[in-house]
Amino acid sequence: MKWTWFHKLASPPHAYRILGRIAPWFGWAALALILVATWWGLVKAPADYQQGDGFRILYVHAPSAWMSMFTYVVMAVAAGVGLVWRIKLAHGAAAACAPIGASFTFLALATGSIWGKPMWGTWWVWDARLTSELLLLFLYLGYMALRASFDDPQRADRASAVLALVGVINVPIIHYSVEWWTTLHQPASVTKLDKPSIQLAMLIPLFIMITGFQLYFGWAISRRLRGEILRRERNAKWLEEAA
Amino acid sequence: MDVQKFLEMGGYAQFVWPAYGLTALVLVWNWWSARRSETEAQNAARRRNELSSETRS
Repeated sequence: MKWTWFHKLASPPHAYRILGRIAPWFGWAALALILVATWWGLVKAPADYQQGDGFRILYVHAPSAWMSMFTYVVMAVAAGVGLVWRIKLAHGAAAACAPIGASFTFLALATGSIWGKPMWGTWWVWDARLTSELLLLFLYLGYMALRASFDDPQRADRASAVLALVGVINVPIIHYSVEWWTTLHQPASVTKLDKPSIQLAMLIPLFIMITGFQLYFGWAISRRLRGEILRRERNAKWLEEAA
Repeated sequence: MDVQKFLEMGGYAQFVWPAYGLTALVLVWNWWSARRSETEAQNAARRRNELSSETRS
């Protein structure tokens, strides 16, 4: 198998150009889907038989929570690739993931808290799901703080990659926390192997919102990774044309 | 569509709207922050190029 396509993709000038070209597509598609999903979730979807209109927080809470874990896995994989194959671009991608993931995690915790008040009667409870999600936020913040504490980017890459890889163990813990422990948080109603226990009319806007958030992530990581590439390629010739 | 009824969100307005508002705020902040991160790196690279071309000439 020829790996030339991979080497080409991992070359900073090539990646910089490709990311610049695809970012606007991600951005506009994300905006369109998020707007459609917001309208669908707030207006068109039927109210829940138990939670009434309060359940509509689902459309911002679940995609944020999903993205908080997805972004961490992407970050850990990129960090692992960077560590094993010493690819600078992979380390750059991991670094670009952290602030995006942290903001999704904050959003998942905050919207969950707002949702918890009317449904559970409390803003916060130290149960397994909420605590492991809070730990995820600290992992992102710790990762960023660790990177910032090094002057040498290569040492920052290596140290933060180890933290990202160790922390990935928290992702399955978050996912299965509702099954392993008695939690106030409900178990999954969408990602079940048999049949989702949620009505299709409620499910469609959720999928549209998740897709919108994914595209938004695509846009944000493209922009941030372009910045990371420029910061890392200090004396490269191609920079004169790019900048 | 009854706008008043829609805004009341079946009595959950004080929870639904802040949740959506906060989401919009965080998404916009992330958009701004990612853009700024890219343009700052571009400006820094441009300055480095200018400096290196000055020292060469």
